[in-house]
Amino acid sequence: MKFFFFHLMPYADVDLDAIEDSAWITFPNRHYDPRKGHKLYNRYLDELERADALGFDGVCVNEHHQTAYGIMPQPSILAGALARRTENAKICVLGRALPLTSNPLSIAEEYSMIDNLTGGRLIAGFVRGIGCEYHSYMVNPGFSLERFHEAHDLIVQSWTREGPFPFDGKHYRFQYVNLWPRPYQQPHPPIWIPSQGSRETMEWAAHPDRKYTYLLTFSPTESVARHLNGYSAQCEEYGYQAKPDQLGWALPLYVAETDEIAMKEAGPHIEAFFNKFLISPVEYKLPPGYSSMSSYKIVMESKYKHRESYLSLEHLMKSGMFLCGSPETVAERLEEHQSKMGFGNLVTMLQFGTLSAELTEKNTRLFASEVMPKLKHIAAPAAAAAE
Amino acid sequence: MADKLTEQMTIGDCKIGMMKGGSGPTLLYLHGAGGSKGWLPFMDRLSDRFSILAPDHPGFGSSDTPDWLDGMTDLVFFYLDFLEQLDLRDVHLVGHSMGGWLAAELAVRGTGRFRTLTLVSSAGIRVPGVPMGDLFMWSAEEKARRMVFDPEVGEQRANAVLTPEEADIALKNAFTSSKLCWSPRFHNPDLEKWLHRIRIPTMIMWGENDPIFPPPYAEAYNRMVAGSELRVFPECAHSPQQEKPDDFIAGIDAITAKS
Repeated sequence: MKFFFFHLMPYADVDLDAIEDSAWITFPNRHYDPRKGHKLYNRYLDELERADALGFDGVCVNEHHQTAYGIMPQPSILAGALARRTENAKICVLGRALPLTSNPLSIAEEYSMIDNLTGGRLIAGFVRGIGCEYHSYMVNPGFSLERFHEAHDLIVQSWTREGPFPFDGKHYRFQYVNLWPRPYQQPHPPIWIPSQGSRETMEWAAHPDRKYTYLLTFSPTESVARHLNGYSAQCEEYGYQAKPDQLGWALPLYVAETDEIAMKEAGPHIEAFFNKFLISPVEYKLPPGYSSMSSYKIVMESKYKHRESYLSLEHLMKSGMFLCGSPETVAERLEEHQSKMGFGNLVTMLQFGTLSAELTEKNTRLFASEVMPKLKHIAAPAAAAAE
Repeated sequence: MADKLTEQMTIGDCKIGMMKGGSGPTLLYLHGAGGSKGWLPFMDRLSDRFSILAPDHPGFGSSDTPDWLDGMTDLVFFYLDFLEQLDLRDVHLVGHSMGGWLAAELAVRGTGRFRTLTLVSSAGIRVPGVPMGDLFMWSAEEKARRMVFDPEVGEQRANAVLTPEEADIALKNAFTSSKLCWSPRFHNPDLEKWLHRIRIPTMIMWGENDPIFPPPYAEAYNRMVAGSELRVFPECAHSPQQEKPDDFIAGIDAITAKS
C-alpha cells in the first residue's frame, strides 16, 4: 500500500463560535487574520515536508475558495513551494477544480511546470469543486459536468498532442494549443479523480481510455466500500481488472499511544472539522444543476436530511468517517478495510480542524513509524504509470 | 369562469404545455423562474376581454427540456419561433420576473408582433450599487416567506407539503432557472444598451417590497424604456399579479387601452 499525507490547510485559528451555519461563501473574511495565516501556511508546509522525510509516498494539497475550511484557493502555489523542499514524495494536487476556470490551459501549464520542476513527481488531480465554489466563483453549476469533461480533454490533449493545434469545444475554444513546457512524465502525469461517489464520475474514470485512480473522500466506510467495489465492478464490465493503485481512500486518522488517549486528544478537533469547518446549508453545497436530478435527489435524501444532527466523535468513528486509536487498532482496521475494498492508496489526513502543531507532529510520527510498516507489504503497487 | 384548456404543442423539436383561455386580443403571459403557478385568478378575471396564453417555458413544468437550452438567448429565439408558428399578432406581452426579462429581450429584437409590453418585477438588468436578493442561497421555506408580503400567506406556503410530482417539477424548474440565470445573475449586461428600441406602450409594475429586485430596478426600467409608465404597489413583494390582483388588472387595462 502507498501512503499519502494530505493537508487541507484549515484556518485553524478561527473563532469556532463565529461560525454559525457555514464556514463557506458568506463567512466574513474579517475572521481571517493574515498574521495568523502567515504562521499557519508555514506550519502546514513544514508538516507536509516532514511527511516526505518520514517516508510517505506522496504529499497532497487541494483547492477550495472563500472558506475557513481550507486556505488553498490556488494549490499550485503550495505545490511549487513543496517542489523544491521535498525529495522523494509525489506531489499531489487533489485537485484543481477544472470547471471553475475560463481557461483550463492555465491548469495544464501549472501542472506541467510542477512536473518539470520535480522531474516527474506530480500527480494531477482533477475535480469539479464542491457546490459552494460555484457560488463563490459565480460559475454556472448547470455546466459543471460538461466543462469538467471538456477541460479534461483539452488539458490531456495539450499534454499529449503535438502543438500547435486548434481546440473547438462548447465552452473552450482555442486557435493555438501549443503547451510550453510539455510535461516531464510521458505521456502525461498520473491522473487522480477524487470523488464522493457519483455514478457518472465512476463510469468515466474507470473507462479503458483513462483508468484513472479513483479516490473516495470523507465518506462512511459502508459508502467507501460500495463505491470502490462499484469502481472495480465497472472495470470488470469494461473487460479489465482494476489494479490496487487505481483505488484510493482519503480519510482523517489519529494515532496515539492507546485508543483512549487517541480519542481524548483527537475528539474536539475532529468534531470541529465535521461540525464547524465542513457545514453549510444544502443550498450552498448543492446548487441546482451541479449534479444530475437523480443524483441530486439521492444526495439530498442520504446526506442532508439529518444535517442538523451533531456528528459526535463516537458517531464519526462508528461510521468509519474517522479512524482513531492505538497504532495496533488503526493498522488492524485499515488492513481489514483494505481486504474488503482493495485500495492500494491510502490518503491520510493527519491534521484536521483545530488540531495543534504538536498533536499533528505526534500523529504523523506515530503513523509513519508504527502503522505504515505494518501495511506497506499489502497491495504492493505495480509501477504507477499513466496509460 | 371562462373555459381554460391545457394544450400540448410542438415548436420546432420541443414539446411544450400551454394554458389557454378567454377571448379577445391575445395576452401572452411569460412566467418567472419558479415556473407556472397555474391558472391564476387574474387570468380568469381578464379572460372576458383577452385570449390568454400561458405557456410553460422549455425546461419548465410540463414542457420538454431540450438539449439546446443553454441560456436566455436560446429561450428568446424559441419564443420568436413560437410567435411565428402560431402567427400571433397584436399581442399584449406580459412577463413576470425572469419572464419579464424574456419579454424585454423579445421586444428589443422587434416589436412588430406586439401591441403593448408589461414588465412585472422583472429581471434582465443590473442596477450598480443595488444588490439583488440571492434566490439561489435561500432555502425553499425562506423563499416562500420572502416572496410574498403577507406573512400569513408566506407561512402557509413555507409549510406546504409538495407531492412527489410537484417536488420533481420544482426541481426541474430550479435546474433550468439556474442554467438560464446563474451568471450573470438574472440579467444580460447587453440588454440595457438596446431597451431604447422598445417604442410600444409599456407598463412597469412592481412590489415596493420586492426582495429580489428592489424598486430601483423598476425605476431603471422606467428610465430606459422611453414613455413607459411605472406603478409601484405598497405592501407587495415579488408578485403583484397575485398579491395585488386589482391593481395589477387596472394596470393591464390602462396600458392595453393605450394601444
